Amino acid sequence: MSDLAVRTRGLTKRFSSGQVAVDQIDLQVPRGAVYGFLGPNGSGKTTTLRMLLGLVQPTSGEVELLGQAMPQAAAQVLGPVGALVEGPAFWPHLTGRGNLVRLDACDPSADPATRATRADAALARVGLLAAATKKYRQYSLGMKQRLALAATLLRPRELMVLDEPTNGLDPQGTREVRTLVRELAEEGTTVLVSSHLLAEIDQVCTHLGVMSTGRLVLQGTRADLAGGRPRQLEVTTAPAHVDQARQVLADLGLGDVHDDGATRLCATLEGVATAAVTQALVTAGVGVEGLHVREPSLEELFVELTGEGFDVAH
Amino acid sequence: MSHTDSAETVRTAGAGAERWAPRRGATGRLLAAELRLVLGRRRNQVFVAGLGLVPVLLGVMLYLTRDDPSASEGSPLLLAQATQNGVFLVVASLFMCLPFLLPLTVALACGDAVAGEASAGTLRYLLVLPVGRTKVLVTKAVAALVFVEVAVAVVAVMGLVAGAVLFGLHDVVLLSGTTVPLAEGMARVLGVVVYVGVSLTGLVVVGLFVSTLTEVPVAAMVATVVVSVVSTILDSLPALSAIHPYLLTHYWYGFGEFLRLEVGWGVISSGLALQVAWIVVFGTLAWARFTSADISS
Ligand SMILES: Nc1ncnc2c1ncn2[C@@H]1O[C@H](COP(=O)(O)OP(=O)(O)OP(=O)(O)O)[C@@H](O)[C@H]1O
Ligand SMILES: [Mg+2]
Repeated sequence: MSDLAVRTRGLTKRFSSGQVAVDQIDLQVPRGAVYGFLGPNGSGKTTTLRMLLGLVQPTSGEVELLGQAMPQAAAQVLGPVGALVEGPAFWPHLTGRGNLVRLDACDPSADPATRATRADAALARVGLLAAATKKYRQYSLGMKQRLALAATLLRPRELMVLDEPTNGLDPQGTREVRTLVRELAEEGTTVLVSSHLLAEIDQVCTHLGVMSTGRLVLQGTRADLAGGRPRQLEVTTAPAHVDQARQVLADLGLGDVHDDGATRLCATLEGVATAAVTQALVTAGVGVEGLHVREPSLEELFVELTGEGFDVAH
Repeated sequence: MSHTDSAETVRTAGAGAERWAPRRGATGRLLAAELRLVLGRRRNQVFVAGLGLVPVLLGVMLYLTRDDPSASEGSPLLLAQATQNGVFLVVASLFMCLPFLLPLTVALACGDAVAGEASAGTLRYLLVLPVGRTKVLVTKAVAALVFVEVAVAVVAVMGLVAGAVLFGLHDVVLLSGTTVPLAEGMARVLGVVVYVGVSLTGLVVVGLFVSTLTEVPVAAMVATVVVSVVSTILDSLPALSAIHPYLLTHYWYGFGEFLRLEVGWGVISSGLALQVAWIVVFGTLAWARFTSADISS
């Protein structure tokens, strides 16, 4: 059995409009991983996930899901896969619970005897039990999103594909989704979760893949990606000592030494011990008012790779 | 990975495969869920209830104008007969509904079937359960057909009830002038109802095909009605008589054959064969389209 839950080779989608939404990507999601699938709006995340699930036919390339070729093996392989794709979609005239029950009734391998219990357990898990008997059309955006998550939780899954699961959720809801993802991972479920906001999923991911205009520009374990980034040092001092402090830091071999125009200096540590820096500053007579080491930020890496600002990929 | 680890993985995978195999009765449950959705939908219920009023209104109108000779002038024989015998109100009602209201019923069911689910986005969640695409399509077709047949049955039953109340049920005078007992007359009218129901299946399949082409349910509904209207218009143009026998609606009004002394089985079997041909052609097209389409809604 393959140790990859998801594997694609040269996966490409060119829409009939001529647009190449996904361009030759080799996605590798190991079993048991929490894989953060990142990319700005329009970078091709949803299109990729649709191809994994057999909803969209790839123009070229291969998809293997839980060791089997998609979309040929869809009937065998999609059962143990829970999916939330491009937001919630339910029947507005049914209640939250009614929608889950209907969905489960259509599931060929679901047990009708345990349906009601499973629906309630799923609703409870996303904090929706109190609103279970409300019509879906009366749900708020966040409640709809929660119901979509509940639908994926109707049965224990081997793989969860969650496309922007925190969309529309308040900070509390976002935290709950992170907790949920963590719990799923502890139960042994592989989670592939997409987002355009690194900060939302950064803390729970073991692996990251970054999309930019249809290409997978980076992929690896979170530790590897973060490990390659230098740690940042920040020193706050009196205005009179800024120049001297800058000299000390440069002499120590720290990289990218710069000030913020006032009393703060920033530099990359480049392997120099923090204690050595403190020692050197004190010896040189610099009045240190604050010294702070920041762990490497993936956010910066993400922004570097995908660009910043509000322009969507075209 | 240690040896015990991989043994564990294999074991859970084995148990998993069984857990995810389709259970007995899955197809029946899917169909039941689909029927509950179609028949439980408020809009559909209101529509069918409205359709049930047609025979009542028609009956009342005929009742009020039954002694006024100018009112029946130029109106079809069927309507005049209904005032003599309530049984004929069933046939008259179907006759009134066939040009537009019944095609509209078909359109309503078919527009929702695929395009409606696509536009709501629920289709993608049905497919990843997973329910195979062929199965989705067949289930949708059956549910749409059941809805249409329910509508036909409601018109027929309401026609019979209204006819019995307003005009009474008597022995049936056939088109040829022969009188047959009420029981035989009822059997012949049942034949009419079934024939009308079967005649609509071709349009159901055409509507389903149209429904796989778009994510806008209203567009699919309009297109389905247009197909039946255009077919009726072409059928009425003598210049196109060469293609008439192949038109979807050509034999729709052949139900009158049941009311002849010698039932016109020739016309009836041509009508049924034509429906089968349309079902095969458009069923294949719908299947080819739906099983290969990108679901990007
Ligand atoms: N059905 C379609 N037909 C044509 N182009 C499409 C279709 N679906 C998506 N696209 C295009 O493909 C590109 C990628 O879209 P996709 O939805 O995969 O992006 P995304 O990464 O999920 O973005 P977001 O973060 O906004 O959800 C976009 O430029 C989009 O316009
Ligand atoms: Mg998306």
